[in-house]
Amino acid sequence: MKRMTSALAIAVASIVGLTACGGGGDPLASDAPSGTTSAGSSGPIVVGGADFSESTLLAEIYAGALRAKGVDATTKTNIGSREVYLRALEDNSVQVFPEYTGALAVYYDKSYDGTDPDEVYAHVKEVIPDTLAVLEKSAAEDVDSLAVTQETADAKNLKTIEDLKGIAGDLTLAAQPEFKERPQGVVGLKKEYGITFGSFRPLTGQAVLQALVNGQADVANVFSTDPGIAANNLVVLEDTKKVFGSQNIVPLVRADKVDQVKDALNAVSAKLTTDALTQMLKKTDIDKQDPKAVAAEFLKANGLA
Amino acid sequence: MINSLLQWFTDPTNWAGADGIPHRLLQHLWYSLLAVVVAMVIALPLGLWIGHSGRGRWLVSTANSLRAVPTLGLLFAVSLWVGPIFRGDLAFLVPAVFVLLLLAVPPLLAGTYAGVEAVDPAARDAARGVGMTGWQVLRQVELPCALPLVMSGVRTAVLQVVATTTIAALIGLGGLGRYLIDGIALSDYARAAGGALLVGLLAILLEGLLALLQRRLVSPGLTGGNRAVGGRGKDSGNAPVEATDSSAGDATGSHDPRVRA
Amino acid sequence: MDWLSSHWRTVLDLAVSHLYLAGLPLVLGLVISLPFAWAAKRWRGSYAAVVTSTGLLYTIPSLALFVIMPLVLGTKILDPVNVLVAMTIYTVALLTRTVADGLLSVPDHVEQAATAMGYGALRRLFGVELPLAVPVIAAGLRVAAVSNVSIVSIASVIGVSQLGNLLVDGYRRIIWGELWTGIIACLLLALALDALILVVSRLLTPWQRTAGGRA
Repeated sequence: MKRMTSALAIAVASIVGLTACGGGGDPLASDAPSGTTSAGSSGPIVVGGADFSESTLLAEIYAGALRAKGVDATTKTNIGSREVYLRALEDNSVQVFPEYTGALAVYYDKSYDGTDPDEVYAHVKEVIPDTLAVLEKSAAEDVDSLAVTQETADAKNLKTIEDLKGIAGDLTLAAQPEFKERPQGVVGLKKEYGITFGSFRPLTGQAVLQALVNGQADVANVFSTDPGIAANNLVVLEDTKKVFGSQNIVPLVRADKVDQVKDALNAVSAKLTTDALTQMLKKTDIDKQDPKAVAAEFLKANGLA
Repeated sequence: MINSLLQWFTDPTNWAGADGIPHRLLQHLWYSLLAVVVAMVIALPLGLWIGHSGRGRWLVSTANSLRAVPTLGLLFAVSLWVGPIFRGDLAFLVPAVFVLLLLAVPPLLAGTYAGVEAVDPAARDAARGVGMTGWQVLRQVELPCALPLVMSGVRTAVLQVVATTTIAALIGLGGLGRYLIDGIALSDYARAAGGALLVGLLAILLEGLLALLQRRLVSPGLTGGNRAVGGRGKDSGNAPVEATDSSAGDATGSHDPRVRA
Repeated sequence: MDWLSSHWRTVLDLAVSHLYLAGLPLVLGLVISLPFAWAAKRWRGSYAAVVTSTGLLYTIPSLALFVIMPLVLGTKILDPVNVLVAMTIYTVALLTRTVADGLLSVPDHVEQAATAMGYGALRRLFGVELPLAVPVIAAGLRVAAVSNVSIVSIASVIGVSQLGNLLVDGYRRIIWGELWTGIIACLLLALALDALILVVSRLLTPWQRTAGGRA
């Protein structure tokens, strides 16, 4: 018995040790960009993508456009949420990332609540760290939204997010885990509209929309470009208080790589529209085509590759 | 880093409500327990029958080969499949428990089967000799003798399930895995590490409790012998529990047959 | 099948990464578990402590270990090294007891004979004990191989590419073909590694065949 106890004690110590005593610092907060920072305008470029379809698609479009200009570009998708991939940009694991103006503004300035696209874009330029830069924003926009099924909208007479007030306590919200703690998410909904949902179902990808369609959730956070909205006849509740802000798609790049990538990516931004994006997402998510192939098609059609 | 971890653990908001540690811990135990109990209901009778009758041994090897199916993939597949079938929370609970169940069955089945099979034929014959029926032999002789190996299977199954229950958070369930998934999603390192630590501690605690339970359950006639004989054999230095445990590994063919994700 | 026929190139690339992330730790883990196992055998009193404490490492959830690694190693968060090291830890956790039991399974009289022939402790370990323990060690390696292949797939959640990408993407975009391809590819990889270890173990122990004894 004594021996077993001591064995357990050693095990506890080793697990605690593994968890607690590391080489130091928070690895997700590494602020020292390692690797070749002086590479400047040459060398390979890794375009990152977050853990949802649109981000993967945009990453493939950026990488394709870069390759067409002779840049050695590859993609690294599925990196996770903004909180994770911004660190990946900072530690130089990736150099380019498709981003959203409003989300970036709020990430670096928690209290920011501007909604005009140009103002938001200007604000992003001010608040992001010196090591990062945004290129030209595109006309394409993709905002978070709260969606319900047609039946729910009819039964509860819902048109705007405000209409949820008073009944939200009985409803389940399905959304990405990070949505729960973002200002442009549950936090903002409570602050601006005074609504708190009865329960929260954290999901990713199409599972969010599926939970709504399958009846496991009453309200879901769906991206406005999601082709599933039309395909499933969902009702998007109007964001009258602009909690979700203005979200133009913009390339976020490491400052030391701007010269190498700006021509190719600004050309993409000039051609990208919300419609084009929604059409492409229909191909990737509904018709299950490859993001890479859909991206190549777009680049070719717009003379970018 | 230790500071932020300590901060996370001592922050009272992390101990209250639906996101609080007590609630997440209970959820974790609930999913795990459900899976292990259902797995026991399936595997123990089946293992006893296979060991007792000597028939259906292929079931043991089939169950073992199921370990090669990637847990994550199975979880996703079942989750997508049952999503449209259940309207409520069952749509998330059923896939998770099913996948955990598949992890728990092989060690339970192997342990039970090997335990019964390894019973000294002389003991079995003696029992029959004094007029016991097949059922009585199973209950009064084979089961008690098989208990060390059965318990070893239970311990393996429980540890595996408790560790794997973390990925239930990937399909929208709660449990301690929430801290890991949400911690990663929000880049909140203290939360992720705190969740990791909690699962590790829970596993160690359960391992200790099960080891104690095994001591209480297993007949002294089976383990006491080791202690009584003392200096005999090369394994004499081992505590009885660990000794039976390691022989369990050998008897089940594939040592420590745990696979989890 | 449709999905696979248009994506086999990607699947192949991911499978190679998967094999690397699951396979290399098997070798590293075996090498690292040797001294632990040897110590557990040499000092019998330490057996329980060594075997239990290394075994309990296996109870750390993989997701947790993947996340902790950059902290311990000082690596970048997307670095595959994090996964390699985590998988090596799991391999050590599974193998230490097996290797120790394998070494312990060598009959006393064999060791005594080797000693009598003038073998030193080191030469006896590598020349006699380890070769004789191969069947037991191989059995443990096979379990670890199958386990590693399954666990590695979870690294997709933290952005390290391998076959798990097919699982995650198949789930997120609800593409059954992709999800099934991922599951079956993982399964085949696990079975292939398993078979490889079995074959190597047979080749290393020719006496097992000639003696008619099967492990």
